[in-house]
Amino acid sequence: MGLLSKKDAKLITDPLADNNPITIQVLGICSALAITAELKASIVMAISVTFVLGLGNVVISLLRNIIPSKIRIIVQLTVVAALVIIVDQVLKAFAYELSKTLSVFVGLIITNCIIMGRFEAFALGNGPWKSFLDGIGNSLGYGIILIIVGFFRELLGSGTLLGFKVLGDPIEKTGIYAIGYENNGFMLLSPMALIVVGIIIWVQRTKNKALVEDH
Amino acid sequence: MENRTDKNSYTIIFAIAMVVIVGALLAFTASSLKPKISENQRIEKQQNILYAMGVNNNDESSANFVSTAKAPELFGQYITKQLVITGNDVREDDQAYLIDLKKDKAAAAGDASKRNLPLFIGEKDGKTFYVAPIYGKGLWDAIWGYVSMDENMVIQGAYFDHKGETPGLGANIKERFFMDDFIGEHLLDAKGNFKGVEVAKGNGDPTNENKTDNKVDAIAGATITGNGVTAMIKSDLKLYKPYFDNLKN
Repeated sequence: MGLLSKKDAKLITDPLADNNPITIQVLGICSALAITAELKASIVMAISVTFVLGLGNVVISLLRNIIPSKIRIIVQLTVVAALVIIVDQVLKAFAYELSKTLSVFVGLIITNCIIMGRFEAFALGNGPWKSFLDGIGNSLGYGIILIIVGFFRELLGSGTLLGFKVLGDPIEKTGIYAIGYENNGFMLLSPMALIVVGIIIWVQRTKNKALVEDH
Repeated sequence: MENRTDKNSYTIIFAIAMVVIVGALLAFTASSLKPKISENQRIEKQQNILYAMGVNNNDESSANFVSTAKAPELFGQYITKQLVITGNDVREDDQAYLIDLKKDKAAAAGDASKRNLPLFIGEKDGKTFYVAPIYGKGLWDAIWGYVSMDENMVIQGAYFDHKGETPGLGANIKERFFMDDFIGEHLLDAKGNFKGVEVAKGNGDPTNENKTDNKVDAIAGATITGNGVTAMIKSDLKLYKPYFDNLKN
């Protein structure tokens, strides 16, 4: 990280672990539950959010001194919505296949609380470069959790990863299905995403006691 | 500085300016990209129809269309006739594939004889395929598809798509394992009455060996999307029954 000062680098690395938006700040849970039934969707969502949050943070940061405080939430919402729609339209015109994969996420990106959360908490009070790094860091932290959850849910729920039958064929009984293994259909349902996120939080706090709040 | 942005007049001016700028930006993007987008959608329809009659680039497990560049040419080559059926009237129309089923359904207001039903007749390896579009609703949003049949209304191929079903659950209707199950299924029952194909849970035939049971195996966790597929097959393909009856006489 020769390019970044130590303080700037922390903006990216902090949200990856000790200040993770999902497991520590508990933001963006709704989309984490909705789309992690398969790994591919998790990856697409992670990339989309990285793009929107990185860019959105810069826009909000540039406007931070002229946004009237009374309507700042509406302004933030308009910026995210406009960004997402423009990206969706451009993809529809030039990368039609990709846009079809993305279509279901458009609404979820706009309502993702991480985006509004970072605009409010960071971009309104910091310069564009720092805001950009903060946006990238937080969306990567979000993406990591999404990909971990997606990995386990697709592997245990469907026995596949990115659509490849890594565990064998459940109908023809090859691979580990030959010895009586069955897919756990329960993993495909949203509540299991919450449980997987819970386990990640548990593991993370066991490893780093400083994260445990005392009440 | 702080005071200036707190003023009501400033707030209102800012809001108006923002709406104008963002609105203009979105309008500009939408209108300048529209021709390109509708061209993409037109080619996609051709790819869908070709897919249903078995003209595709499928590999072992995933569903792949013929390439975008080749679709218009192949469409002209394989689809020999495009028909529009209205009541008892059947006419040829080479723009039939552009009919918007949703609008047509709404315009007919429940009167089946007023519907403009597109039907695409294709030839491949000496076999005739009758491809019909279907349209319905899933859990979150619209679902649609194309079903190709032979003259006895036995399904030869199916393509389903959706606007916003849940990834990993309802969205799996466009996966091979689901769509391929429909191949060979009979839409008519043993007596020759229209029955459709039901997306059924626990029908005791998960490998789908029984092709005359009017059932395919459902996707776990996608009950409502599956019911939507059942419903659109039943309501939309039923309308083509008179055409197939005439075909035999």
